[in-house]
Amino acid sequence: MIDVLQYDFMRYALVAGVLASIACGIIGTYVVTKRIVFISGGISHAAFGGIGLGYFLGVSPFLGAVVAGVFFAVVMGFFAKRMGQRDDTVIGVVWSFGMAMGILFVYMTPGYAPDLMSYLFGSILAVPVNELYLMLALDVVIVATVWLFYKEFFAVCFDEEFARVRGVKVDFVNVVLLCLIALTVVLLIRVVGIILVIAMLSIPAAIAGRLVHDMRRMMGVAVVVGCVFMVVGLGVSYALDLPSGATIILVSVLGFVFSGFCGKK
Amino acid sequence: MMKKKMAICLEDVCVRYGDASVLEDVNLSVYENEILGIIGPNGGGKTTILKVMLGLIAPDSGHVSVFGGSIAENRHLIGYVPQHSSFDRQFPASVWDVVMMGRLSAGKFLRGFDDVDRRVCADALGTVDALSFRDKQIGDLSGGERQRVLVARALACEPRVLLLDEPTASADRTVESKFYEILSKLKEKMAVVLVSHDIGAVSVYVDKIACVNQRLFYHDDKEIGAQEIAKTYRCPVELIAHGVPHRVLKRHKGALGK
Repeated sequence: MIDVLQYDFMRYALVAGVLASIACGIIGTYVVTKRIVFISGGISHAAFGGIGLGYFLGVSPFLGAVVAGVFFAVVMGFFAKRMGQRDDTVIGVVWSFGMAMGILFVYMTPGYAPDLMSYLFGSILAVPVNELYLMLALDVVIVATVWLFYKEFFAVCFDEEFARVRGVKVDFVNVVLLCLIALTVVLLIRVVGIILVIAMLSIPAAIAGRLVHDMRRMMGVAVVVGCVFMVVGLGVSYALDLPSGATIILVSVLGFVFSGFCGKK
Repeated sequence: MMKKKMAICLEDVCVRYGDASVLEDVNLSVYENEILGIIGPNGGGKTTILKVMLGLIAPDSGHVSVFGGSIAENRHLIGYVPQHSSFDRQFPASVWDVVMMGRLSAGKFLRGFDDVDRRVCADALGTVDALSFRDKQIGDLSGGERQRVLVARALACEPRVLLLDEPTASADRTVESKFYEILSKLKEKMAVVLVSHDIGAVSVYVDKIACVNQRLFYHDDKEIGAQEIAKTYRCPVELIAHGVPHRVLKRHKGALGK
């Protein structure tokens, strides 16, 4: 089994898995405690529109995903509430709008149609080395922002109203958090794909939340749990010749169910 | 008797949600060193009054002042204690983490907590007798303990007025009287406003009662079990919203529906 590490693609895949786990462990902790799993789902599907736009304009699809993800994060965090729309309605609209735009842009792009499946379901075994640097950069941005905003994020997740009374710019903090979710989604697209992003944002953090009751520790444990799922999932997908993204998710779901039996309540 | 300092003043405050009027012409003054109980039926606007005082809801008309200034200027002088039952019990926070939230402020942005913050929080926990479980997870506490922790968080703001939303909901009598003893100690240093739908719960320790059901009916002193404090407070004229002094709370409740 260890001999698979002689392949560059396998080593890159493992590094990509670890880099993705760092982001999804930290941001996933917020997603789970703040109960915004489906807002995250909306952002990730909106990012697909950006991927299509990237192809259409001939720029990096990941750049497009970053721009679209952040754009819709701001829309959902800032304007939706002001327009008096229900959260879940806005999520549904953004979710499907992103997917529709992605498909239309790719359709309108002249020439060879890119492999949409790899964005929808991930292609961790095909991650090029320069993308690892991009992932590392995104991780640095995410960790640094969380470090700077830690107590504001914490307060807003626990009790928005109280934070507002204390003079915390709650709307701004929320938008920053949604933007970080957008960046995390982009990081995860290569690993598990847009459709499965929600699982990696919620499962490791949910398991960590059962094991520890401190937010910092929860983040740490979620990162480790995410890494374990990535490595095991990759190993299983290699050994059984299965699609890697889906296998990682299946391993995670099994871990989640198992933790429900043995973790403390 | 020494004139008390006004903490919060509501003048002709009206709040509407869409077409429905929630508060009409509410006039209310909150003074330092007294406990004001706001009671009324569910949906009568009690929580809305609190949120107006906190600046979370802007009134459609009328004026609100906090220690003589606007809410925005002086909101940092308000300690807010929300309903303890509304929290996620699985949230990964210790008692200490929660109380430290009281030290947040716009000025703390991008800066860490310091020793002063930690000292204030330890004092706040001591005041509510909760230092012994400062490292417990918030979800592992009983309702009464969690309530005290939320009071400590509000005290960590070093407030001059404390606003409490349904502080004794679902608390048993022992927990409740312990809680009110803490409040009566606190009123030496600040104004206290509490909102409750349970009339009995507010009777003994509360100095003044306001009844709200869209409009505010003000009692200059509490009618039940209030003998020793009743004569201490005169009725400030501006506080009687509609000039109906109610002698018996029960009768007043019946009249509220109209």
